Amino acid sequence: MTVRMNYRAPARIALTLLVFGFSSIATAAETDDAIMTRFLLDRFEMRNQDGGEEVLFWEGQINVRTDYQGLAFKTSGERPEGGPTESAEYQLLYQRLISDFFDAQFGIRYDNQPGPSRTYAVAGVQGLAPYFFEVDANLFLSDEGDTSVRLEAEYDLLLTQRLILQPAAELNVAFSDDEAIGVGSGLSSAELGMRLRYELTRKFAPYLGVQWERKFGNTADYARDEGEDIESTAFVLGISAWF
Amino acid sequence: MRLSNMTRWLLALAALVPLGALAGTYDLVIDRQPITIDGKAKTAMTINGGIPGPTLRFKEGEEVTLNVTNRLDVDTSIHWHGLLLPYTQDGVPGISFPGIKPGETFTYRFPIKQTGTYWYHSHSGFQEQEGVYGPIVIEPANREPFKFDREYVVMLSDWSAETGERIFSNLKGQSDYYNYNQQTVGSFIKDAKDKGFSATLKDRLAWGGMRMMPTDITDVSGYSFLVNGKSTDDNWTGLFRPGERVRLRFVNGSAMSYFDIRIPGLKMTVVQADGNNVQPVSVDEFRIAVAETYDVIVQPKEDRAYSILAESIDRSGFARGTLAPREGLAGEIPELRERPLLTMSDMSMASMGGMDHGSMGHGDMAGMDHSRMQGMDHSNMAGMDHSQMAGMDHSNMAGMDHSQMSAAVPNNDYAPGSGLVPSAANGGRFLVYGDLKAMTPYADYREPDREIELRLTGNMERYFWSINGLKYSEAEPIRLTQGERVRIKFINDTMMSHPMHLHGMWMQLDKGNGQFNPLKHVVNVAPNTTLTVDVPVDALGEWAFHCHLMYHMASGMFRKVIVEPPAVQSAAR
Repeated sequence: MTVRMNYRAPARIALTLLVFGFSSIATAAETDDAIMTRFLLDRFEMRNQDGGEEVLFWEGQINVRTDYQGLAFKTSGERPEGGPTESAEYQLLYQRLISDFFDAQFGIRYDNQPGPSRTYAVAGVQGLAPYFFEVDANLFLSDEGDTSVRLEAEYDLLLTQRLILQPAAELNVAFSDDEAIGVGSGLSSAELGMRLRYELTRKFAPYLGVQWERKFGNTADYARDEGEDIESTAFVLGISAWF
Repeated sequence: MRLSNMTRWLLALAALVPLGALAGTYDLVIDRQPITIDGKAKTAMTINGGIPGPTLRFKEGEEVTLNVTNRLDVDTSIHWHGLLLPYTQDGVPGISFPGIKPGETFTYRFPIKQTGTYWYHSHSGFQEQEGVYGPIVIEPANREPFKFDREYVVMLSDWSAETGERIFSNLKGQSDYYNYNQQTVGSFIKDAKDKGFSATLKDRLAWGGMRMMPTDITDVSGYSFLVNGKSTDDNWTGLFRPGERVRLRFVNGSAMSYFDIRIPGLKMTVVQADGNNVQPVSVDEFRIAVAETYDVIVQPKEDRAYSILAESIDRSGFARGTLAPREGLAGEIPELRERPLLTMSDMSMASMGGMDHGSMGHGDMAGMDHSRMQGMDHSNMAGMDHSQMAGMDHSNMAGMDHSQMSAAVPNNDYAPGSGLVPSAANGGRFLVYGDLKAMTPYADYREPDREIELRLTGNMERYFWSINGLKYSEAEPIRLTQGERVRIKFINDTMMSHPMHLHGMWMQLDKGNGQFNPLKHVVNVAPNTTLTVDVPVDALGEWAFHCHLMYHMASGMFRKVIVEPPAVQSAAR
């Protein structure tokens, strides 16, 4: 499939970001190239970890785009009960449709975390892989010169039309050590989750589930040195929504 | 060539001169008002205070003046669907005219050069979904070629509590937003019991590999289906005296919904399609694509109520009306039939070729064949269950099944093995396009001068639709020359049906009936099929050409067609 670039679009997207709304649409020529805004709160959950500690976790994105291209702002992070925020990540990406099911994405990522903050260049793809796996795969190059890769995948298993079991996995691989932020080269961490949601509507679903996380290799060693756990299992209770 | 063109010009000019002083003025006011239908309330858009708008009754040869007043806070328009008229009167904003601004009245003027059943609707935004539509009936100057004692318009439509803009944005946000009939763990277990675990697994993997769903029959659900603006509960009723011949003018004014229409207990004689008379054909059931019209004649003889049933093709509901000898009667409403499933036959090679991985090995195909067979068996069985087969024993059922299978004329409107092939609820005759033969042969029937191939394309996941891979906003107009006969070859590369509508000119549907091929304004192109139509290019100007599914049109399956006079150079050459 050929994807045609509309060079006026970036300017219009920027304008929409400012105005933040739809204009009234009259003809097909206007609607078929319209800029759409979508807020997705994929996960907004309380994690009750083994030690009884409660952590608020969020992951969401805002897309402002046409069918072919646009901007994505993504954020995720966690905050233990009573604070302060333990980690927060922000990405601003330009996305462009490269096949029927996938966008290529390029941009920056900024991590605000305990210890030094990091800024990364991001390149990756996001979309729907065969057999209905939602995939977000990215390469990061930090301002310290460290390279890492993150692969996220999730799958919706329909128990009924509204009750949906969602296994999800995330793998992080670093190609060098960045001890200051506690990341060592090799497979640094893995996460597995299983969430059962009930779609009250397509746009709003409460869920419960479990989330398992583990650090590996040097990353695990750094964590041990800091006196942190390298493995945790949490029960989660949350909502997901989009509009 | 030049001479014959000139003759045609003269004839066209002669046709434009009104023969009598027949002229009518009609006023339409488009407004917004709260409406509750089937318990679903919304601030809808109405014409003259109602949904649908008033039936406009014209007479062939009449000079009509239509004053359309816009009381909305947004632009509007009215397009006269299927009418042959000067392109500036066609009512498509951005092509025929700028549209009608809030508070303004636009006056349309054109001569009526045809007869039959048509309709009108807004061509702005999603106003048609909101209620801006109504029927048109044009009486012939001379007498009708068939007899009937009374007639009714039966206008079908789909009514949603959501606005069109909301529906569109929901589809853009999640293309399966409205599909609450997806395959689940439960249906996997059931299918595994019926067809075997490995066949079922292969089936799921084949579809999953393509990231497509066999349950994707319609894009939007949650509709109430209406007959002349009335829900099933409100039961629109047309009266008859037993033995009378009743002409029913079916118009599908839906935004997104196809229907299978039947009147249990009555044969329907189809006498007209898209406003053009056809040789009468007696059927038990027919499918009406979005924006098509069919006129049928029925003869109810008993002193009882007959249900007019228009069952949506995703089997999510009926648009239901009643023919009754007196008010207050209602016929039976049967159970909905089994929801169809798409098969691999409905997937084009092009869309399969578009897969990232060649996951369709021969093994997978075998798996699909299996499920396809199941699907066909199932629909036939279901059809019989609901009619006269209930009391019969198993052996009769098997015999019946067999004869039905072998006697059935293959429905070549669909891909062989398609899951969408309809069958009549009573096991009888289901209308196919090939049954539609023009009442009179088309005088200028000849080989086309050239062929234009249009691939119907789209992105199911991101929900945008296109022609030859390009959306309207990206595409050049299609240029035609007046006087030529152009063959349009539609190749549907998607897994959805597309009712393609050409404004201003006829499409002569080629189903092998030669000069009796019928003239239509909408043709349904089924998934993974090729359909050809010949267009006698006889109307100068700029015209719209699009899929009439509202959200396909809005997201890009649309073209502008420009008809130009023959170039001076070519005439001089």
